[in-house]
Amino acid sequence: MGNQNYGTTPAPGLWGWINARFPLEKMLKEHVTEYYAPKNINVWYLFGGLALFVLVLQLVTGIFLTMSYKPAATEAFASVEYIMRDVEWGWLLRYLHSTGASAFFIVVYLHMFRGLMYGSYRSPRELIWIFGMLIYLALMAEAFMGYLLPWGNMSYWGAQVIVSLFGTIPVIGDSLAEWIKGDYFISDITLNRFFALHVVAIPLLLVFLVVAHILALHEVGSGNPDGTEIKKYKDANGVPLDGMKFHPYCTVEDVLAVGVFLLIFCGVVFFAPTMGGIFLEAPNFEVANPMQTPPEIAPVWYFTPFYAMLRAVPSAFGTQIWGVIVMFAAIVVLFFLPWLDRSPVKSIRYKGWFPRVALMLLAISFVVRHLPGAGAHLHAHLFPLLPRDAVVVALGQVQAGAGKGDHQCSLSSAPRRSSSRSRSPCRRSPLPRARATCRMPTTTSATFRRCSAARGTS
Amino acid sequence: MNYCSGCHSAQFVRFNRIGQDLGITDAELKANLMFATEKSFDTIKASMPSADARKWFGNAPPDLSLIARARGTDYLYNFLLGFYADASRPTGVNNTMLPGTAMPHVLADLQGVQVAVFAPKNKDAKEGEDAGGEFQRFNLPNPGTLSPEKYQEFVRDTVNFLDYMGEPVQVKRRDLGVWVLLFLLVFTGFAFLLKREYFRDIH
Repeated sequence: MGNQNYGTTPAPGLWGWINARFPLEKMLKEHVTEYYAPKNINVWYLFGGLALFVLVLQLVTGIFLTMSYKPAATEAFASVEYIMRDVEWGWLLRYLHSTGASAFFIVVYLHMFRGLMYGSYRSPRELIWIFGMLIYLALMAEAFMGYLLPWGNMSYWGAQVIVSLFGTIPVIGDSLAEWIKGDYFISDITLNRFFALHVVAIPLLLVFLVVAHILALHEVGSGNPDGTEIKKYKDANGVPLDGMKFHPYCTVEDVLAVGVFLLIFCGVVFFAPTMGGIFLEAPNFEVANPMQTPPEIAPVWYFTPFYAMLRAVPSAFGTQIWGVIVMFAAIVVLFFLPWLDRSPVKSIRYKGWFPRVALMLLAISFVVRHLPGAGAHLHAHLFPLLPRDAVVVALGQVQAGAGKGDHQCSLSSAPRRSSSRSRSPCRRSPLPRARATCRMPTTTSATFRRCSAARGTS
Repeated sequence: MNYCSGCHSAQFVRFNRIGQDLGITDAELKANLMFATEKSFDTIKASMPSADARKWFGNAPPDLSLIARARGTDYLYNFLLGFYADASRPTGVNNTMLPGTAMPHVLADLQGVQVAVFAPKNKDAKEGEDAGGEFQRFNLPNPGTLSPEKYQEFVRDTVNFLDYMGEPVQVKRRDLGVWVLLFLLVFTGFAFLLKREYFRDIH
C-alpha cells in the first residue's frame, strides 16, 4: 500500500528500504518539502517557528542543567551556584535557560498577537488556536514550577503565593493546596515534585501539544494577512497557486529569523542576563528562607498582570476567590475567541476602525501591565476594571458590526472579481506580496480595490 | 580578605578560582589570601563559628558570595561608607543604609568614625505627616589612617571584589559575548543573502 504513492517498485538503497517500512519520505513531503505556505505571509508569521526553536533550546539546555542540579531543599541553591561557578560552561547553560524562559513568553505573545490581528483562530483553525492556548497554559505551569527550582527566596515566596491561590477555592481549597504542596508549606517535598513535573511531565505534554498544533495547522493550511485560503485555487498538479513550498522558502526565512532572534537573545545572555533584575530577580540570589519574605514579593515579569488582577480585585463574602476567578477568566476567555469573533472577515486589514483601536488598546494595556511595578501600582489605581478582558471580548463582538460595510461591498463586487480573476489582471503587478491575494474571490472589496490600483499602475 | 573573612564566609567561592582569575600561583595565594586553610580548592569560610556569632551579635553575618547580586553594588558601597557614631547601639555605630545593623564598624581604623547630621525634626507634625529629620551629611571629626578619598577608593575596590565574587565569570562572559555577536552578525548577513536569493523565485 505504502509504495503505491511512490511508484510500483520501491526506490533502491537504504532510503527505499526505510520508506517501504516507515513513511519517512511521505512525512517529509507532507510537512516540509511539499507543504505549501501562502506567499503573502509577512514577518509576523515567523514567531511560530521561533517558538519551536526556543522550545528546543529549553529542552537541550534543560537536559544539561539536570545533570548538575540537585532537587533538594538543602542542596538546590548551592547546586545552582555550582553550575554557575564549577561546571564547565554551566553559567552559559543556566543563562540560556533562564533567558530562554522569558524569550519563550515574548515570542509566544507575539505569535498570539499575530493570531489576533489576522484572525488565525477563525474557522477552520479553531483547534489550532485551542491547542495553542493549551500550550500557553502548559508553558505557564512549566515556567512557574521551573522558577521554584533555584530555591531562592523569591522562588520560595512566589510559589507560596501562587499555591495559596488554590486555597481560596471554597470547601476543598485548603486540602487542595496541601495536596499540591505535599506538605503544610512549600518544602523539600514540593521542590522534588515540582522538579519531576518541570523536567518530565510538562515538557512531554508541551511536546505533544506542539505536535498536535502543527498537525492541525498542516491539515487546514496556514492563514495569511489577507484572510484567504490558498487551497481553494490549485494548478493542474494540485499545487496551490498562491503557495510556496515550506522548504526551502519558509525554512530559509526561518533561518534568517533565528539569526536575528539570536542576536537579540545573545545580547541579553552575554551582556544583561538578569535584565536589571527582571529576568533574574535580585532576592533570588538569597537562599529560600521560610522565616523571611523578600522586601516585596513580585512575580517574574510574565506573571505580573495576573498578580495585578489578584491584587486589584477585593475580597467579598469572606473569600479571596474573586480575584482568582478573574485571573483565570482572563485566560479562559481567549479559548472562546473563535466563536466570539463574528466578523465576516478574518484579518484586521479589512476590519473597520473599531477593531483596530480595540486591538491597539489591548496591546498597550498588555505591555503596560507587564512593566515592572505595574502589577502593584498602575493596575490598582488606573485600571480598576480589566480592560484586557473587556477589550478582547469587545474585539470579538463588535467586529461583527464593524465588518459589515466591507461585507456588503464584497458581495456586490463579487461577480466582477471573479471575472478579473480569470484574466489575472494582477499577474504583472508591481506589488508582489499583494498579488497573491488578488486572484481570490473570498477576500473583501479592499483587496479588490488594491487589485484595481495595482492594475492601474502596471 | 583580612577585614571580612574573620566573620563572613563566601561559601561558593574557591581560593584557587580567585587565583586563576588573578593569574597568581597557589603559593602566592597561600601567602597572601589563605589564612584559615591549606587547600587552595577550599571555599572561603569564616573564622568565627556562626553559632557564636549569633550569640555575640544576635545575627550570623551573611555569606558574601552573592551579596553583590542580591543587594547591588551601590547598596554595598553606601553601606560601607554609611557607618556613623550612635551611642544607643551596642556596637557604638549605626548605618544610614541599614539602620540598626548588627555589624560593627570594622573599618573604623581606616575611615575614622563619622558623625551623622540630621535635619531637625518637626515636633508639630501630626500623625501620618512627614516629621522631617532626614539624613543630611556626614562630619568626620576623628579621621582614620586613610583620607576620605583613599577610603572611598578602598571601599570601591572591596565592592568590586564582592561583585566579582557574585559572578566570577562575568568578565569572560562579556568578552565571549562580543565574539558571539560578531559571529551572529556574519551568520545573519549570509542568511539574509540566502533568503533574498531564494525569494527571487517568489512573485
